[in-house]
Amino acid sequence: MPRLLPPGTKMPVRQEPATASVTAAVASAVDRHKDRPGALLPILHDVQQALGHVPEDAVPEIAQALNLSRAEVHGVVTFYHDFRSTPPGRVVIKVCRAESCQAVGGDALVAHIKQRLGVDFHGTTADGHFSLEPVYCLGNCALSPALVIGGEIHGRVTPERLDALLQAARGSA
Amino acid sequence: MKRGPIIYVPRDSGALSVGAESVAQAIAAEALLRGIEIQLVRNGSRGMYWLEPLVEVALTPGGRRDGFGPVRRDDVASLFEAGFHTGAATAAGASSHPLALGPVDQIPYLASQQRLTFARVGIVDPVSVADYEAHGGWRGLQAALSLDPMAIVEHVVTSGLRGRGGAAFPTGIKWRTVAGASGPQKYIVANADEGDSGTFSDRMVMEGDPFMLIEGMIIAGLAVGATQGYIYLRSEYPHAHAVLNQAIAAATVKGYLGGNILGSGRDFHLEVRLGAGAYICGEETALLESLEGKRGMVRPKPPLPAIEGLFGRPTVVNNVITLASVPFILGEGGAAYRDYGEGRSRGTLPLQLAGNIKHGGLVERAFGITLRELLYDYGGGSRSGRPIRAVQVGGPLGAYLPAAQFDTPIDYEAFLGIDAMLGHGGIVVFDDTVDMARMARYAMEFCAIESCGKCTPCRIGSTRGVEVVDKIVAGKERAANTALLRDLCDTMVGGSLCALGGMTPYPVLSALNHFPEDFAKS
Ligand SMILES: Cc1cc2nc3c(=O)[nH]c(=O)nc-3n(C[C@H](O)[C@H](O)[C@H](O)COP(=O)(O)O)c2cc1C
Ligand code: SF4
Ligand code: FES
Repeated sequence: MPRLLPPGTKMPVRQEPATASVTAAVASAVDRHKDRPGALLPILHDVQQALGHVPEDAVPEIAQALNLSRAEVHGVVTFYHDFRSTPPGRVVIKVCRAESCQAVGGDALVAHIKQRLGVDFHGTTADGHFSLEPVYCLGNCALSPALVIGGEIHGRVTPERLDALLQAARGSA
Repeated sequence: MKRGPIIYVPRDSGALSVGAESVAQAIAAEALLRGIEIQLVRNGSRGMYWLEPLVEVALTPGGRRDGFGPVRRDDVASLFEAGFHTGAATAAGASSHPLALGPVDQIPYLASQQRLTFARVGIVDPVSVADYEAHGGWRGLQAALSLDPMAIVEHVVTSGLRGRGGAAFPTGIKWRTVAGASGPQKYIVANADEGDSGTFSDRMVMEGDPFMLIEGMIIAGLAVGATQGYIYLRSEYPHAHAVLNQAIAAATVKGYLGGNILGSGRDFHLEVRLGAGAYICGEETALLESLEGKRGMVRPKPPLPAIEGLFGRPTVVNNVITLASVPFILGEGGAAYRDYGEGRSRGTLPLQLAGNIKHGGLVERAFGITLRELLYDYGGGSRSGRPIRAVQVGGPLGAYLPAAQFDTPIDYEAFLGIDAMLGHGGIVVFDDTVDMARMARYAMEFCAIESCGKCTPCRIGSTRGVEVVDKIVAGKERAANTALLRDLCDTMVGGSLCALGGMTPYPVLSALNHFPEDFAKS
């Protein structure tokens, strides 16, 4: 009876049965990969591809399918920076923080993005539009500074260029 | 029969990052509009990134390739207007287009290189088996199929090839160990995690000439008796992922991969596996854990992966460039490769110029060239036009070098001699606005973020390191805290299982030793 609780109250932790979409995403990922050795990472990638994140309630289902403990699956999900357990904004921005990008104004670019979006790394804007993630080298270091917006890579990004890209991404998503 | 001039627009992700896709689309649309028949080829990059998107035109197959760059979408109409597709824009005496660069292979940056491994990158269509064959591909494999396994290994030993992933271990010796190990299953793993800042040569090979990596892996399989290969690819490289999968499918259709390759009775299966954004998974044992579906925790050595590697089986783990060097070595003979280079650094190294550099890109040269030649003759100095103050060679665990050390030759031992390392050959350039205390702090921070958590000096020491650098910079008990930072670095060097914790002190201490003034500003 959650509605009777005052707003802001933490719900008691209980393992809800997974929603149908989660079950379906897990089933199809497991189906594709379960016979391959070391199937867990490919499965997690597929689930995240389908759902945008790896929800908590996917963990027991994956664990069961691969005959692993929940703790093992949870441990893997949390170890890798790529996997997220909460849904991202509609457009994910990954900005490079590494040395080559720092050498040509990367830090200022990062500050500019944070200021424009009003969020820090790992945050999502209030309107749910953008999520901001750090990344450590995109292999585009001859064209630093670099970032990825909605899966597309951009090089030699200036603050002005970034504003134009944000504008375009706002319009399209 | 396809007709018309061949127009090349790279699909390399560096080129894409500055608009190559929209240029390719604009060229196709403009040609259609004008009723001109063209053949659009999506090649890799030549590695002259300041010229990207670099569009090339050949009037006939195999003919001279004229370059235009950097081309923006808005330039496309004017290129057609000038007749870039008929040769008019580059004909002698013609008023050439402002973006015309002339024959691409005569541009000094390229013409003076010694491209053994990058010979085809940027030239061929990366997913065309026919193109690969026409440009000397598979010759190493043909040679290997006619040799017995130990003779293949001996070619690699003779070549003097050392691992290009960082540790510079002799590749032939590693292969010999795996060949000599017994087991029902052995594996070849290509380390395509390429996590070091300032490096992109693996990516260029995978996006520009993936069959070369595939060929190197098949040869490795023949040499050691492995029938299954994995390419462990970082997830930050989606374009490389797509090209590799296309290339593997094409090579399988042509009988180069799968069962009974080329009718030889030998099998080799190959699959790409994606990482998930963890720098430590470039370390070979963490990589194997990750391939097995686990957290990327570093394993203690011994056992060596060569004896007990993937799923406990004998495994060759080699960097992409290491494996990509093998087709040349088998095709031309180990001695032909060894003839390049100096001392114990044989062959060529694909160096990557990055950061604040005017002409960033890929330079493949024999060992022995100096940093100064790379920075100024190739790189053209800093992009900002200010003096170059420091360079970091070898990724985030590599030392920062001051201008006084720019005459150091590219040579594994010469770098060890100045407490530095060549690593994967990435060179990140900083001008005189860099704050080296900030870079030292970042090195510690990066170690804290990416530590696998197994060793206390790495996991905790790095976080302490960030705090201590902050105190030094803030002027709090500067002498005592500087001594503490050095102690901390000692502890990390001595008490870490792998080079993440063990070598993070290199950038930190080199910054402190070569640029002490940056730690004493306030
Ligand atoms: C923290 C860390 C990260 C590494 N990252 C990579 C990498 O991204 N790519 C790579 O080829 N080697 C990397 N290495 C080196 C590998 O452990 C290993 O030496 C290499 O893959 C062996 O191949 P090679 O002999 O062909 O160089 C890394 C090592 C450490 C300690
Ligand atoms: S040094 Fe760091 S990254 Fe390497 S094994 Fe130890 S804790 Fe893990
Ligand atoms: S350091 Fe930013 S792309 Fe390599």
